[in-house]
Amino acid sequence: MAEVPLWAAIPIAAFLLIGAGLTLIGSYGLLRLPRFYDRIHAPTLGTSWGTAAIVLASMGYFSVTGGRPVEHEILLGFFVTVTTPVTLMLLARAATFRDRAEGNPEVPGRPAVADTETTDGDGSPPA
Amino acid sequence: MSATILIVAVTIAQGALVLAMGLAVLRMIRGPRAQDRVLALDALYLDCMLLLVTLGIRTGSAFFFEAALIIAMLGFVATVALAKFLMRGEVIE
Repeated sequence: MAEVPLWAAIPIAAFLLIGAGLTLIGSYGLLRLPRFYDRIHAPTLGTSWGTAAIVLASMGYFSVTGGRPVEHEILLGFFVTVTTPVTLMLLARAATFRDRAEGNPEVPGRPAVADTETTDGDGSPPA
Repeated sequence: MSATILIVAVTIAQGALVLAMGLAVLRMIRGPRAQDRVLALDALYLDCMLLLVTLGIRTGSAFFFEAALIIAMLGFVATVALAKFLMRGEVIE
């Protein structure tokens, strides 16, 4: 590993630890949270600041060792930031569709268009 | 001194990321439904991509960045295809 000055090593190390720690917390939440609709929120810790911090650390390290600004890691952060909402929304909609098709009582049925008084109170989908 | 700080930080970060991959695999094994497994696969792709970036910092080579980019793209396509499959029962219609 190349020698970098101390003023650069400390923020790089801090960003690495922050990013990896947030990703670990996100995966722990994925394991621990009780329902699917809770769990789908947990890995976004890793996709937001987990990725951003590790990408910043990588940019800082290669900029200092290379002696010139290196910014191609931004592509990685940009790509993850753009694609995560798309994938998770598709996945959540698929899960909602499956739960509704099975009549799972934890998931409310498709909301009524005209009025909501016709549902019988417990949120079950109309027959 | 600074190299020691960086080595220790990269090692701890890689350990945390491997542990995160293990937790995601545990969720994938445990289920209980298909959407949980797909979500765990997505998290696994992300952890693997970040592990490759930290590996690039450790070895000082720029090749791992391209591997990480490809893994991020594969993860996106895989999760979208699996979500589409869960929704419609087929991927291309």
